[in-house]
Amino acid sequence: MHEFIQYVQSYLDSKLTPGAAGNVFWATIYILLVFVGLSVAVIAMNWLERKILAHMQVRLGPMRVGPHGLLQPIADALKLLLKEDIIPAEADGLVFWIAPFIVVLAAFTVFVVVPFGPTHAITDMNIGILFMLGVSSLSVLGIVMAGWASNSHYPLIGALRSSAQMVSYEVAMGLAVVSAILMTSLHGAGLYGAGVASAGDSGTLSMIGIVQAQQEQGVWFVFKFFPLGLVAFFIFAIAMVAETNRAPFDLPEAESELTAGFHTEYSGFRWSLFFLAEYSAMIAVSSIAVTLWLGGWLRPFPNLLHGSVWDLVFNLFPGITFLFLAAMCFYNTARMPKHPYFKIQTMGLAGFGALLGLIGLVMFVPAVFVRVQDIYWFAIKVAAFMYLYIWYRGTFPRYRFDQLMKVGWKILLPLGLGLLILTALMGMRAELWHWAASL
Amino acid sequence: MNPVATPFFFYLLSGTMLIGGILVITRKNAVHSALALIAALLAQAGIYLMLYAPFVAGVQIILYAGGIMVLFLFVIMLVNLERAQKERQFNKQWVVGLAAAAALGGLFIAVYTKGKAMFPDRAMPSGLEGQNTQKVGELLYGQYMFAFEIASLLLLVAIIGAVVMAKKRI
Repeated sequence: MHEFIQYVQSYLDSKLTPGAAGNVFWATIYILLVFVGLSVAVIAMNWLERKILAHMQVRLGPMRVGPHGLLQPIADALKLLLKEDIIPAEADGLVFWIAPFIVVLAAFTVFVVVPFGPTHAITDMNIGILFMLGVSSLSVLGIVMAGWASNSHYPLIGALRSSAQMVSYEVAMGLAVVSAILMTSLHGAGLYGAGVASAGDSGTLSMIGIVQAQQEQGVWFVFKFFPLGLVAFFIFAIAMVAETNRAPFDLPEAESELTAGFHTEYSGFRWSLFFLAEYSAMIAVSSIAVTLWLGGWLRPFPNLLHGSVWDLVFNLFPGITFLFLAAMCFYNTARMPKHPYFKIQTMGLAGFGALLGLIGLVMFVPAVFVRVQDIYWFAIKVAAFMYLYIWYRGTFPRYRFDQLMKVGWKILLPLGLGLLILTALMGMRAELWHWAASL
Repeated sequence: MNPVATPFFFYLLSGTMLIGGILVITRKNAVHSALALIAALLAQAGIYLMLYAPFVAGVQIILYAGGIMVLFLFVIMLVNLERAQKERQFNKQWVVGLAAAAALGGLFIAVYTKGKAMFPDRAMPSGLEGQNTQKVGELLYGQYMFAFEIASLLLLVAIIGAVVMAKKRI
């Protein structure tokens, strides 16, 4: 028992990720935490998407199950679990059965390397970003398998569209990612800092290393070599929407033409796995974007607003966010109809507000906010992307397939290639200048 | 930290590869063959990881499992599978096949018996896998620059050739 406690405690001083420290106990804890956190995030996204879309279209959205429909996702999940699991008679049984699991596995496995903080990642791989792109590209296999195994027209067309779309946009996405990785090898500080410090110093593919490179250079890569980093970020931001099959690039499941696309024939639990995978893939690509361009767990304005006072102010943000959410809950509790019929709902909302407020108060404890603030900044940046996803869906009409291919191959790909060359030239401009002068 | 390259994983991965490879040629349904091939390729990525070559493993997953095999499936799904099911699976060129298999087997045996000089006699020092990507990059863009550029030029020519052949009017 004593040895076990020592084993558990030995990690706390190591300042490493559990994977790097080789500590199985903490690795398991982190995996469970990430899994639970991801599931809660997907549930929250489900509710938020319906609510925000509804408000954008001047509707109320879910209002019946729980106060302001807060329990709607749970009711939906229960409904899906209790539904009959139908496998079409002409379907390819094994492939039909396996496909949703492959999609979910691919969507969840990528979170092994997502860096929520300098030590808050399950593990750190030296091929981190490569691993993320590789494993997330496996999810298209699941989608293609699902579409083909259903043995039906709409799913097959959906799967064909999906495979063509994903392969096309992976190219542009990869080029944008390479230009960000190139920036990790340029060790000069500042917005236009370039040049390699010494021959042995090279770039990195590790997710934690990429954020540390941004910290060391004192600039987020979205601003580096302005506007080159910004353009790369935009290419990625467009490609990632296409990669996750979301509006306006949701052709594989275009409901107006293909019923539900590749998962038309799926029902109940299997369908909910596709749903889960779609949302966790959205979170995964958003966290790639945050890590590569938006400084991962780093807080905003580290150069402009520095010093211990500003550090403290930014450290208080997690608590303030939760208190704000709690205040929203209490405000809406006061606005609830004063009818006995709404009594339980009013009490529930007040209880939820009290819970959020309690979490907010705990966040003001110095020992807590020092440890959670990097997770908070990472999560808040990813949340901004998730809001963008909903906003896109509420705003843009769906692309036609030829338009989609045109954007991918004729605009994003040449732009990405040019950008990569320009980034390399900017990075080596001192050496080039030197070389030109010596001619 | 304990090494993960244990015999258990080697036998698991190579067993998966062998079974996958056999399934690729014995399945009548082309989609099943492609899926078996994907399993074999993923197991191969695992073997690369065991050999302390994480970069090659990552590229294997991205290019083969995530890219090329998706295009394979894309093409297979456009093919009329019902007609393909009725056709004979194996052709009668077993003499050529036997010769090729014998040549490959002979090569394996030769490497196994006389190959001691070709490989280092002890295990690679640990800790090198951290610089694997850098080393690959230095070799590709340093020592093998010319060969690398020739290979990429060849691929470009192949792509342009395919486009020219597919489209009458560009």
